[in-house]
Amino acid sequence: MNDMTLLERDVDTKNIKIAANNVQVYYGDTHAIKDVNVQIEDKTVTAFIGPSGCGKSTFLRCLNRMNDTIDICRVEGDILLDGEDIYDPKVDPVQLRAKVGMVFQKPNPFPKSIYDNIAYGPRIHGLARNKAELDDIVEKSLRRGAIWDEVKDRLDAPGTGLSGGQQQRLCIARAVATEPEVLLMDEPCSALDPIATAQVEELIDELRQNYSVVIVTHSMQQAARVSQKTAFFHLGNLVEFGETGHIFTNPEDPRTESYITGRIG
Amino acid sequence: MTETSQSTENGRKPHGGSLMTLSKRTARRNAAEKRFQIYGIAAIAVGLLMLIILVSTIVSRGVGAYSQTFVTLQVELLESKLDKSGTRDLEKIKKVSTFGYAPLIKNAFSVKLEELGIQSELSAKEQAAILSKSAPAQLRDYVIANPDKIGETIEFRFLANGRVDGYMKGRVSRESIANDKSINAEQLDFVDILVVNDVIEKTFNLDFITGADASDQRPEAAGMGVSMIGSLFMMLVVLALALPIGVAASIYLEEFAPQNWLTDVIEVNISNLAAVPSIVFGILGLAVFINYMHLPTSAPLVGGLVLTLMTLPTIIISTRASLKSVPPSIRDAALGVGASKMQAVFHHVLPLAAPGILTGTIIGLAQALGETAPLLLIGMVGFIASNAPDSLASGLMSPNSAMPAQIYEWAKRADPAFYERAWGGIIILLVFLITMNTVAVILRRRFERRW
Repeated sequence: MNDMTLLERDVDTKNIKIAANNVQVYYGDTHAIKDVNVQIEDKTVTAFIGPSGCGKSTFLRCLNRMNDTIDICRVEGDILLDGEDIYDPKVDPVQLRAKVGMVFQKPNPFPKSIYDNIAYGPRIHGLARNKAELDDIVEKSLRRGAIWDEVKDRLDAPGTGLSGGQQQRLCIARAVATEPEVLLMDEPCSALDPIATAQVEELIDELRQNYSVVIVTHSMQQAARVSQKTAFFHLGNLVEFGETGHIFTNPEDPRTESYITGRIG
Repeated sequence: MTETSQSTENGRKPHGGSLMTLSKRTARRNAAEKRFQIYGIAAIAVGLLMLIILVSTIVSRGVGAYSQTFVTLQVELLESKLDKSGTRDLEKIKKVSTFGYAPLIKNAFSVKLEELGIQSELSAKEQAAILSKSAPAQLRDYVIANPDKIGETIEFRFLANGRVDGYMKGRVSRESIANDKSINAEQLDFVDILVVNDVIEKTFNLDFITGADASDQRPEAAGMGVSMIGSLFMMLVVLALALPIGVAASIYLEEFAPQNWLTDVIEVNISNLAAVPSIVFGILGLAVFINYMHLPTSAPLVGGLVLTLMTLPTIIISTRASLKSVPPSIRDAALGVGASKMQAVFHHVLPLAAPGILTGTIIGLAQALGETAPLLLIGMVGFIASNAPDSLASGLMSPNSAMPAQIYEWAKRADPAFYERAWGGIIILLVFLITMNTVAVILRRRFERRW
């Protein structure tokens, strides 16, 4: 890891895509996320790092309201997507999730054909008027997921028959197919081998051209490799947030330093 | 711990000694394991033995019901007896009762004996008594259906009397009829002669599978067919009600309902309902469906409703279990691409749970099919179903019996010929149950997915 390139990595846009203000999350009586303020920029990869149980995944799942499926989970504070509060009672989480796609830790393709995996989102959101348009969307999404060349001859094969890395890229392609503006990735490489990880990381860097990407990762090297911004969480607090190069070379908080040097975590 | 530390203090290693010799402790452990395996094998052997005894008893006792003794006779349909006016007026022909047909049968016997050159000391009445009491009725039905045949000589296959049938199957012997008023030893001799001359023969009896029940006097004519139709209509009611209600209830409870004390109470009660004795559902059905709602007694609709109540908990429990077994990552995946909760459930979770749901439903149906106790209370036992229903509505609303109820009914009648039919009926019931369970297993194998 070359420190100089990290520092020089430019962040081309400064548009704020998601702004979280004083976010608190409770699981029953447990205060899981404490007073988090973070600004996520458009066309940027933002990495959330931190030890296990620090709340980074929980916070990520707040950004597309996946926590709604957990009965005892309660979110306070504002999370604004393009200036609109996503926890406003008028907001339907289904509409939100079409805008904010998600890729999960374990590759979870539907037990259907590769084609149907990709086409499902566009179908339920009515993005294609006919079969030809749907075919286009599927091809475009699979290309964006960097998996088109591997599966173009077997679109009818079940998605669950692919290798782990291919499955995860299929899931990314599936998330991309609904034309989201933000992509949330919850440890997308933790179930993959190093080669598949490298492919997915390369893909994440390409996705930055079009989307705002938020990635939760256990691997500090991965955060350093793919992200422009990094947030360090510890025990439910956002300890430090800034340019990735800055966090890794010159952390301000002693806890961040301890974590990236391997003393805690 | 103490043992180990003591032995170390004594200067001995805790695992001292050669690996080649078996330590006492290991030997004991191995012996215990061996013993346990022997117990297990013994338990399985006992179970298998019971199964073999059960199946062989059922088959050996029931198989007799599938063959039946028939007497073949040429009967001259005398115009002078059946249609004195000679006008072939159906109304007049119908006025001749079965008593009018009895002489024709007696005639047929004497003609047959003459043809074969046999002398018999039996009276004509005694000769005719080896036939079933339904023989004149069979003749009459034929004549009414074909009045133009009057005057001709037609060959008929009559059912033999239950005693004669029993004699042919070895159930009745000359000793066993010593006190029997309905048949005597001379008649059995007569039967022997007719057997030699191919007038009496024992063949496969399709009527037992397709026919209706018969009165106490005619065990030879009784069949399972109509009660099978009764069971079929009950199963239709159960399937049409229990499957949608059960699946809807389980989907709501499993996927949508909030987790609170109310849903907990519902959950516990559903589990408890599955263990409630079926006769309780029977008396509930009697009180609600018959006494309060005034639905007809003995109707398969009522039976189906009662069995629905009984099957619902089974279906709900198995459906919830199969919904639970669908990994949450599938739900996450669907929600993650912006599917609504309902879309996630109906597009992804339900298709994956379907084999489990179907299996549970079939097992529930099989349970309901074999259920007798609730039918006792709503009057589906004791009614003799003599006619097959002619439409869906009459199938549901007109009184009928059900297979297990029919078996119970036969088993409690006095004539041993009915006892044989009860065993025969059990074979049919078992074939149905085994078929349903096999279908359930095949469905599970075929559609089970791994992820």
